Amino acid sequence: MLDATPTTLVERQALRVNPAKTCQPIGAMYSALGIHGCLPHSHGSQGCCSYHRSHLTRHFREPIMAATSSFTEGTAVFGGGANLRQALKTIYKLYDPPVVAITTTCLSETIGDDIPTIIREATESGVIPNGKTVIHANTPSYVGCHITGWSNMTASMVKYLSERSGESRNQVNLIPGYVEPSDTRELKQMLATWGIDAVTFPDTSDVVDTPQTGHFQMYPQGGTTVEALKTTGDSLATIALGPEASTQAAIALDAKCQVPAHILDLPIGVAATDRLVQTLMDVTGTQPTDEIVNARGRLVDVMTDMQAYLYEKRVAIAGDPDQVVPLVEMLVTCGAKPVYVITGAESKYFRDRTQAILGETVPEAVIRDNADLFYLHQLMKQEPVDLLISNVYGKYIARAEDVPFVRYGWPILDRVGHSYFPTLGYGGSLHLLCTIINTLLDRKDRDDPDEVFELVL
Amino acid sequence: MTDTTRTQTDLERQIAQASQDVKEARSPIDSTTTQTAVKDIVEAYPAKVGKKRAKHIVVRDPNIPEQTIEANVRTTPGIITQRGCAFAGCKGVVVGPIGDVVHIVHGPVGCSYYSWLIRRNQFRARANGRNFVNYCFTTDLTEHDIVFGGMNKLRQAIQEAYDLFQPPAITVHSTCPVGLIGDDIQGVSREMSEKLGISIVAFNCEGYKGVSQSAGHHIANNGFFKNWIGTNEEAEEVEGYTVNLMGEYNIGGDTWEIERVLEKCGIQVISKLSGDGSYDEATESHLAKLNLVMCHRSINYMADMMETKFGIPWIKVNFIGVNAFAKSLRKIAEVFDDPELTERIETVIAEEMAETEAQLATYRERLTGKTVFLFVGGSRAHHYQELFADLGMKTVVAGYEFAHRDDYEGRDALPNIKIDADSRNIEEIHVKQDPERYNPPFSEEALAKMETNNTLKDYKGMMPDMGEGTLLVDNISHHELDVLIERFKPDLIGSGIKDKYVIEKLGIPCKQLHNYDYGGPFAGFRGAVNFAKDVDLRVNTPVWKYVKAPWLN
Repeated sequence: MLDATPTTLVERQALRVNPAKTCQPIGAMYSALGIHGCLPHSHGSQGCCSYHRSHLTRHFREPIMAATSSFTEGTAVFGGGANLRQALKTIYKLYDPPVVAITTTCLSETIGDDIPTIIREATESGVIPNGKTVIHANTPSYVGCHITGWSNMTASMVKYLSERSGESRNQVNLIPGYVEPSDTRELKQMLATWGIDAVTFPDTSDVVDTPQTGHFQMYPQGGTTVEALKTTGDSLATIALGPEASTQAAIALDAKCQVPAHILDLPIGVAATDRLVQTLMDVTGTQPTDEIVNARGRLVDVMTDMQAYLYEKRVAIAGDPDQVVPLVEMLVTCGAKPVYVITGAESKYFRDRTQAILGETVPEAVIRDNADLFYLHQLMKQEPVDLLISNVYGKYIARAEDVPFVRYGWPILDRVGHSYFPTLGYGGSLHLLCTIINTLLDRKDRDDPDEVFELVL
Repeated sequence: MTDTTRTQTDLERQIAQASQDVKEARSPIDSTTTQTAVKDIVEAYPAKVGKKRAKHIVVRDPNIPEQTIEANVRTTPGIITQRGCAFAGCKGVVVGPIGDVVHIVHGPVGCSYYSWLIRRNQFRARANGRNFVNYCFTTDLTEHDIVFGGMNKLRQAIQEAYDLFQPPAITVHSTCPVGLIGDDIQGVSREMSEKLGISIVAFNCEGYKGVSQSAGHHIANNGFFKNWIGTNEEAEEVEGYTVNLMGEYNIGGDTWEIERVLEKCGIQVISKLSGDGSYDEATESHLAKLNLVMCHRSINYMADMMETKFGIPWIKVNFIGVNAFAKSLRKIAEVFDDPELTERIETVIAEEMAETEAQLATYRERLTGKTVFLFVGGSRAHHYQELFADLGMKTVVAGYEFAHRDDYEGRDALPNIKIDADSRNIEEIHVKQDPERYNPPFSEEALAKMETNNTLKDYKGMMPDMGEGTLLVDNISHHELDVLIERFKPDLIGSGIKDKYVIEKLGIPCKQLHNYDYGGPFAGFRGAVNFAKDVDLRVNTPVWKYVKAPWLN
């Protein structure tokens, strides 16, 4: 497996091999699905839209609906305005979505289609019926990565929809970040338990994890409603989780409606979740419930019970910055040593925070953004690790090097559960920690000779 | 022939007849339901769109001698299509499966990422150990490259790929913005090819070209043919019955099952284009005596060009379905016209069919009478009708994403097809007879006989294989799929990943016929058994009974 990967590291200037990221519009499409009744629309040639739908579908095993402007060579030369107008006509006649969220691709960005003007003209000429919401985000694929696309679309929700009425509401805005529907559900549940009113956006729970009922719902029951999004300008504060995914929207909301922003790491692990709880205490002036405190206690209990299996373990991690940073912190909290930590994104947040966490505890750690899985594999070949944590593409490295492997982050295309079982909050962190420890125990059971094979571990 | 084989042939004749009967049967959906569904589908569209879409939907009527359908035209924006782009057709489908070549995608990261390990074209390394199918290579263009051009980066990327991997060849595939910013990928590839002394082939397969994946196939065929086919002039002639497998991409190991049977018959595969294909073998593919075309849509260009240049005739085959495979083997026997080979082929067919039939019978009992919809790219919506018919299942609606009229109506339609403005810029290359290496393996007399029997270069398309009242839907939209499911309530739908969960949320099992739901092989005799098991588990699994909560009944 991956036999062509040499151990010797050669710095590459131009060739990307086995990327640890993908392009903007897929993130924007996923974000847009977190609005209730939204049909994402990809303004470009149709290949992008098919790829993005297929990829999200493979990850969630759910229908992912989206339309496209289906550019042809003529469109590429003369501009895509006519295609978008034609698309909107067909979309409203056939599929009647309450919301359309337009994303762009490298094609429409390179030719410079002016989407706001096209939307304005389509509204004036009645192509977009009265009462329908159309928003857009520019998502050039040659800038940033899928997280950038998510961030851009999430910020567009604020720019297009948030309003400040002058009367403040006793609610917080929660931007959960580029996470699983299970994670958003977990966070919403925590706030509900606590008695905090919140507008959570985008919210893909009950959109990309819908029940099987024998009915297909083009616009599932989940998603943040446009009405709720409008009220975000009147909230007490915005809690933005995952700086790469959520900062932009939080800052936009502060700029537009003066809602103060609190930008936090994703609540993965006890320390990061504690910081979220503390922020909620500060913002609302209330105390967390016993239920929340007990959930924390159960997480710490497993950490103390099972720490022997993680202590000093060398771990390689690849993923999106927002997911990797708190995971590194959680592992360090448990005494493990994340020695190779990479992300495909370009991210100062990732570099600075990872360095701050590992600088003293694991000074030998290699930390690198804008890196790829080929590079990570080469590091692992030079000096092996005890555990690899990454999205699905890591399975090839895990097999090649015979390393225990935990699937984490996005995408996971070969297992089930990630959309149902969270990794955020005290409960989610407990689930993630158990998966990590059990993976190491499975390996111990596989490798131990018969005479020392243990019943109790 | 011995008595044993004669008895087996009787059995075979029976099952072949049964399969034929299913295929030719009229649709079990009553014609009023069909007519109403079509009318309602069309009327739901904006008037202009409806008028266009009506031409893509045809109720099969065998009494109309030359029934036509509209195909290979632009997609209506906003309609929710299944289609992909030319890049997918070129890099993803035709070129990418060559497993010992480094395929570099020149563009932003997405296109290479989404085509990484997603089509299941399996590959086994040859003696040199080179295998790049699990890798993804791209120039990962950034804003700076879009503004200042990406040619230097491409040059550097090619150099780095060469230094790291020493591949026998490198391909370069352009994506949407590359065409717009004017990067000369052909020039860079030529220059680097001279510098490094290996074959470097550039494919201008920008996603906006043509109207679908189909343009990419054509672009791939051109580049592939010009640069690789027959370029090993040192290669020596190969004795015996030699073939190339063309337009067979080894999804889930299909190619290997086909090869197993061919080898058993004494037929040698020179080159595979391109599932489990290798660079060296491609350069020697002019040595084969016969080209076997599996996927007509994606490879017919190359088959024609090889015939013109080297004199290698081609025949259309179908290795999907027990009876289809037997028929295809007999077609090969007919071409080589050697009693010894013919007898060996008959023996293999008899053996394989007896073995397969023993395993298929139970599944056929559970599946007979069930109805199927098939919406697959450019060939399987036809090929799989044969396998479903082997299992007693009737295809009532079928359509391609991006096939052309000849795939629906047969190659007789070719002279009547007009290339429209959207596809006019796809290069047509004109090939001449090779003065030295043009070497038809069969006598003119033999070729003339095959011509009369319609053996050579003949593809009759999907339409004649569909019974009266069945529906053909080209480039189906979500809306059309939705209406047809609701009205026809099929027992199974064969489609792709984007539709799968839409269909299953409606309580109807979906069998993916692009990626086989991660199983396979489905080609050949053993593949048919795998397929029968897979279809049975989807149609007859108890879980469908639990979709509705008991208190709702």
